[in-house]
Amino acid sequence: MNILVCVKQVPDTTEIKINPETNTLVRDGVPSIVNTFDGYALEAAARIKDKDPETKIVVLSMGPEQAKAALKECLAIAADKAYLVSDRAFGGSDTLATSYILSESIKKVEELEGKFDMIFCGKQAIDGDTAQVGPEIAEHLGYAQVTYGLEAEVDGDTLKVRREAEDGVQVVAVKMPCLATFTKPAWDPRYPTIKRKMAANKAQIPTLAAADLATIDLAQAGLKGSPTKVKKTFVPQKRTGGMKIQEESGEESAKKLFSVLSEASII
Amino acid sequence: MEAKTKDLWVFVETNEDGSAKNVGIELLTPGRELANKQGGALVAVIVGSNVEAAKNDAIAYGADKVIVVDSPEYKDYSTDAYAIALTTLVEKYGPTSMLIGATPNGRDLGPRVSCRLKTGLTADCTGLDIDEESGNVAWTRPAFGGNLMATILCPEHRPQIGTVRPGVFKKGEPDASHAAEVITEDIHVSEDQIRVKVLELIKEMGDENVDLEGAEIIVSGGRGVGGPEGFEPIKALAEVLGATVGTSRAAVDAGWISHAHQVGQTGKTVGPKLYIAFGISGAIQHLAGMNSSDVIVAINKDPDAPIFDVADYGVVGNLFEVLPVLTEEIKKARA
Repeated sequence: MNILVCVKQVPDTTEIKINPETNTLVRDGVPSIVNTFDGYALEAAARIKDKDPETKIVVLSMGPEQAKAALKECLAIAADKAYLVSDRAFGGSDTLATSYILSESIKKVEELEGKFDMIFCGKQAIDGDTAQVGPEIAEHLGYAQVTYGLEAEVDGDTLKVRREAEDGVQVVAVKMPCLATFTKPAWDPRYPTIKRKMAANKAQIPTLAAADLATIDLAQAGLKGSPTKVKKTFVPQKRTGGMKIQEESGEESAKKLFSVLSEASII
Repeated sequence: MEAKTKDLWVFVETNEDGSAKNVGIELLTPGRELANKQGGALVAVIVGSNVEAAKNDAIAYGADKVIVVDSPEYKDYSTDAYAIALTTLVEKYGPTSMLIGATPNGRDLGPRVSCRLKTGLTADCTGLDIDEESGNVAWTRPAFGGNLMATILCPEHRPQIGTVRPGVFKKGEPDASHAAEVITEDIHVSEDQIRVKVLELIKEMGDENVDLEGAEIIVSGGRGVGGPEGFEPIKALAEVLGATVGTSRAAVDAGWISHAHQVGQTGKTVGPKLYIAFGISGAIQHLAGMNSSDVIVAINKDPDAPIFDVADYGVVGNLFEVLPVLTEEIKKARA
C-alpha cells in the first residue's frame, strides 16, 4: 500500500499565552508539536504497515521551513518519506486555499512516489480546530471521505474504517483511493526508536514551491485565493470562579448545593 | 457563485426517524435576526426520509419557507448523497448565507459542500451577527484551544456558510398557527453515487446514545471517580436529570469509560445549559471543551483544582458523599 499522511505543525495550544494589549498570540517560547490528531492518522497508517511491511508511508506538510521539524518527527515515528510545501505565495491561505494547494501538491508527490491508495489526515488541527482541510482535499481530488476514523484496515481494493458515529461506532467500507480523517483511538500512538530518530535527523526533506506545481492556479492560493478573511481577533471573556460551598460534611454540602441550584432555577 | 436572493438558509439536520435535530431548530432563532438584517427570507432546508415532523417544526419555529428533499436514500446520513442534494439546491436557489449545525455530520458535510461551491466556510461558530460596515455575516468562533476568538467574514463569495455549535442559541417559542411556503424538490442519488457503505453499527455500551453536543445537561466524572464502578452514581444522577454522561481524558485513558463520552480537546466540545463535573481537576484541554457551558458546577476534594476557576458553583468535598445525597434531593423534589 502507498499511504500519504498530511500533517500540520502547530503551537502546543495548552501553553499558549495571549498578549493582552494586542490581542494576539505570543508565539515566543511556545513549543511546536505535530498536531495531535495527525499523530493518530500516522499511527493508523503505521498499523497498516505493521500488517503489510511493503507499505510506504509518505508525510506531507504545508508551512514554513521550521515545519521540517514536525516532518522529521513523523519520519522518526513511522514515515518513510517526507515533503514540505512552502512558498510565500501560499501565506495567509484559509482552509479552501490550503486544501487546494495540498491537493495540487499531492498530484506532484504522486509523480515522484506513485499513486496513493489512501490519504490520511487528522480530524482537525488543534490550533484552528476547523476540521475542514481533510474533507476539502477529498473534494478537490474527487475522492470519497471518511471522517472521525479510529482504525483502518485494507481488504482487497477496499479500505475498512472503524469510525465514531453519533450513536456508536460504525464500520464503513470505501473503495480506494479515498481519504480518511482520524480522531483519538483507544490506544496511544507509538514512540520513535532511537535508531529511527537518528536517521530522521539526517534525512533530507525536499521542499515543493509554487514553481514545482505545474498545474497550480495561484489565484486560488494564499490570501487572495481565500474566500474567508479574519476581521478581528479578541480574547474571550474569562470565566471566573463563583460561589464556593464547603460545609461540615459532604452530605451538608450536597444539600446546600441542591438548595442554591434550585433557588437559581438551575435544576 | 452569485447569490440569486437575499435569503438565509438554515440546514435542518434530521434524525433517522425524520424528526429535526435540536440544533437545526435552534438556528432558526439567530437565522431570523440575520435574515431580517439581510432583507431576505428565512428558509429551512430539510433533507431526509419521512421528514414531516421536521418540516412542521421548522414552520412552527418561524421559517418563512421550507425546502424539502424527502427520499429513502437520505434516511441515513452519507456525505455523498447529502452533498449532492445540498449543492444542487444551493445552485438552483442561490441563497446569500447558510447556517449548518456543527454536529459531527454537519462538520463532515459543510466543507464538502463549500468546497464544491468554491465558497468560504467558517467552522464551529459561537457568535453570529451582521458586519455593519459590509453587510456580510460576521462569524465568530474560538481558535487556539479557546484562547482566542476570531471574527471571520466571507466578503466576495456566496453563499457565506458557517457551521454553528449546538447549544449556543436557544429555540424560540413554537407557533402552531404559523404558515410557510413549502417547496418539495425531487433530487435522487443512485446507490453507486454513495461511495461509503456502512457495514456495521456497534452501539455504545448499554445501548445508550451519547449525544454530548446536543445535551442540555451533562454530568461528568473524571479521575476522581476512581474506577469504572465510580460511574454508577454519576449515571444515576444523569438519569434523574435527563442528562448525558461526560468524562475527561484521564478516565478514558484508564479504560473506565469509552471515548464517546470524552469532553475536551481530543473529545467533544459541548455547550449545555448545565455542566456538572465530579472529580475533574480541570486541565486546560478539558476546560477548552466545556467552558462555554451556561452554568458550571464542580465537585472536587482539592480546593485548588483549576476547575473551580471556571465553576459558577464549586463544592469542595468528597464526591462520593456529595453525589448520592444530591441525587436523592433532586429525586425527592421531582417526586
